[in-house]
Amino acid sequence: MKILIVAETDGSQISEKSLPAIAMAQRLAPNDFHILTIGHDLQGIDKLTGYGAQAVWTAQSPDLAKPVTDKYAVVVKEAADQLGATVVAGTTSTFSRDLLARAAGLMDAPMLSDVMSLEQENGQVLAKRPIYSANLVGVFAVDAPRFLLTARGPAWGKPNPTGGASEVKTLTLSSALPNKTQWHSLTAAAQGRPDLTQARVVVSGGRPLKDAATFEQYIGGLADTLGGAVGATRAAVDSGIAANELQVGQTGKTVAPDLYIAVAVSGSVQHLAGMKDSKVIVAINIDPEAPIFSVADYGLVADLYQVLPTLQEEIKKAKG
Amino acid sequence: MKILVPVKRVPDPYAKVAPNADGSDIARDSLPYAVNPFDEIALEEAIRLKEAGSATEIVAVSVGSEESTEQLRTALAMGADRAILVQTSDWLDAPAVARLLAAVYRRENPDLILLGKQAVDMDNNQVGQMLAAMLDLPQATFASKIEAQSGQMRVERETDNGTETVSVTLPAIITADLRLNEPRYVALTGIVRARSKPLETLTSADLGVSVSASVRLVRVETPPKRQAGKRVESPQQLVQLLKEEAKVI
Repeated sequence: MKILIVAETDGSQISEKSLPAIAMAQRLAPNDFHILTIGHDLQGIDKLTGYGAQAVWTAQSPDLAKPVTDKYAVVVKEAADQLGATVVAGTTSTFSRDLLARAAGLMDAPMLSDVMSLEQENGQVLAKRPIYSANLVGVFAVDAPRFLLTARGPAWGKPNPTGGASEVKTLTLSSALPNKTQWHSLTAAAQGRPDLTQARVVVSGGRPLKDAATFEQYIGGLADTLGGAVGATRAAVDSGIAANELQVGQTGKTVAPDLYIAVAVSGSVQHLAGMKDSKVIVAINIDPEAPIFSVADYGLVADLYQVLPTLQEEIKKAKG
Repeated sequence: MKILVPVKRVPDPYAKVAPNADGSDIARDSLPYAVNPFDEIALEEAIRLKEAGSATEIVAVSVGSEESTEQLRTALAMGADRAILVQTSDWLDAPAVARLLAAVYRRENPDLILLGKQAVDMDNNQVGQMLAAMLDLPQATFASKIEAQSGQMRVERETDNGTETVSVTLPAIITADLRLNEPRYVALTGIVRARSKPLETLTSADLGVSVSASVRLVRVETPPKRQAGKRVESPQQLVQLLKEEAKVI
């Protein structure tokens, strides 16, 4: 198995979101994996050189300055062809799902999304991944000379630093890049908080938080006390009190922090799909029957407006 | 503008699913089925584009067993003009579905393919992107807003990093995310009218495509259940337990 990891970038900055995929590569092909970075004037390639990859390849051109999938997929295919990679992978994210599935179409290869484990058994590859909103786990057999996958972040964790540095090499492109998608802009709710998928602590809020200001005051406030990230339910996002990119769940992000605090979150199957691998789950809800309590390690039946200020004070005291 | 909308028959997302007796699949007896919710959103958007005068014809297509006719009738009742069933009883992986849809595209020559970002059974999130690659068309996935412009579509996309705006030159492929719209309820008049709308059945042989799957579902398992923990009485007690027992703060 020769693995090519496609690093997540916004075209100029390398993100650390690819680390779980690198951890997977370390386990499955410790001596035979490569990393690909794509963009223009890329910053932060050195973040990826300390994990034992045979090489960190970089494809850079002004035409790749923005993450346009139609173009990036051509680069992924070309890198996979040149290196003879049998597995092309990234960490599950909108970036990887979008890019690798298009690359799969170009490579005439199948893909496995959100892989939790992967084994080779009698020459056959067996992979486990969540299906039916993570209510079930499917075991899939792959019968193809090469395939692509996205690695479910929480299942693979962080790679081990290996010491030494992988060589950074330039990928020479021979294919023309398509030009039928124009990139205009990216609007993100500036947060100044840790990335949701990588935070050690996540505080999530549901629809009962009245409005955006209340959400920020209570959920944001508690998250800041803990140095954590903010998450939200689909209902909270749909009603406009939380930004889209904060959604945790089947169609949002999958998180598995050390501590997940769900405030006024009822606990729909779709929401649970995105957070039930968290190490410690705390639920604070006024409804004692809320399904969230069935997965919570600690449940507090209470009105959030009454207990959150005290909780924040107590945490400050406890942290000293 | 002509729009092709692929729709998938999936177990009703609100129904409880469990492995069958030998664990080879889910238990399907008496399971209710529905149009994949993301495809329903895609179809709703196509209908709105037609109502706004941007689209002229909507063709719904489904790849699957004969039972998928039911979901195509729903699509017709919502507002699709005609429907195509690519009938197959084989297990198909995403590339196989994409190859069949590519053949339908070549037959129909639509200006736009609008489909859900993923089907809520296998949760793959692959077919739209694979289809775009096979047809060499630009793609805009995870759409939360679509605006028809001259010869192109302007699309807002929901990404992990925020809302991205792109324009794709037609013909193009767009996949629908949750917040694109709220699909309408099917009116009784629509159901009646759907009965007289054309529904054509094709096979993979008709389309000249030989399908084979290189990824197969071999076993369905129940994930380990998380146990409910303890109830605490106060924020003070909670913090004490988080610090001393769980050791997370």
